[in-house]
Amino acid sequence: MRWIWIDRFTHFESKKTATAVKCLSQAEDHNTEHFPGFPVMPAPLILEGLAQTGGILVGEANDFKEKVVLAKVPSAKFYREAHPGETLTYTADLLDLRPEGAVVKGRVTSDGDPIAEAEIFFAHLDQNRSAQIFGDNNFVFSGELKYLLGIAQRVATTETSA
Amino acid sequence: MTQDDIFQKVKATLVDALNRDDDEVTLASRLQADLGAESIDFLDIVFRLEREFGIKIPRGELFPESIFQGDPSLVAGGKITEKGLAELRDKMPFADPAELDKFAADPKLDNMGDLFTVNLIVRYLQAKLSA
Repeated sequence: MRWIWIDRFTHFESKKTATAVKCLSQAEDHNTEHFPGFPVMPAPLILEGLAQTGGILVGEANDFKEKVVLAKVPSAKFYREAHPGETLTYTADLLDLRPEGAVVKGRVTSDGDPIAEAEIFFAHLDQNRSAQIFGDNNFVFSGELKYLLGIAQRVATTETSA
Repeated sequence: MTQDDIFQKVKATLVDALNRDDDEVTLASRLQADLGAESIDFLDIVFRLEREFGIKIPRGELFPESIFQGDPSLVAGGKITEKGLAELRDKMPFADPAELDKFAADPKLDNMGDLFTVNLIVRYLQAKLSA
């Protein structure tokens, strides 16, 4: 199962800020049940998209050598529902980056309209302990998440040369 | 900065980090038993204090970790050994000596969380800011 809740990065400044977009489609499975006749993007999935935007920002800051896991969401506010047909813009700013983890402040908008805000706390798994449990493989940034940055670079190159 | 100034800022930090009401945070509050802090919250609190007070808090300085790492010379039979207690006093010079003495009278590892109070953070910051 693919668990990617952003479509593309549109802006990326290492160790500083990242912006990604997510186009909401009626074809997404959850829209048939959530809710019947009134499709709404589930708030936890909005948060997941923001966490992926911020998580990649944090991971890239250490060249994807750390296993970055979402540890805590100290605060999250949702201002209104988001529906199929809208494009959500996720912006994550790096507040703090330390060997033990990182904090990002994120906001979600749709055409400039505020949808949500959250602070997200990421921990770096202890290198020694996680190597014993998971081996050297970085299961967090196994390919799909890093692939997103590659897409952004390829699209940017195409747009520049067009 | 007075002790009360520091306390007010620490209180605001803990209200945000632990989602508590203002009046629930007193100097005597224990972070785990009274305010419900979990292990990851300790890291969050350290990050927030750094931002709030504009200081660097090296890992393990405010909340010493070495005791918890299973060294049998420091912890035996669920209790902190004499050597462990000495290490604790050495690592936490900012702790209230009376609170350390109280803990030393029955140094169960399970009770060690009770040392981590709001007062401990305030005393640590007082020492750090005046250094």
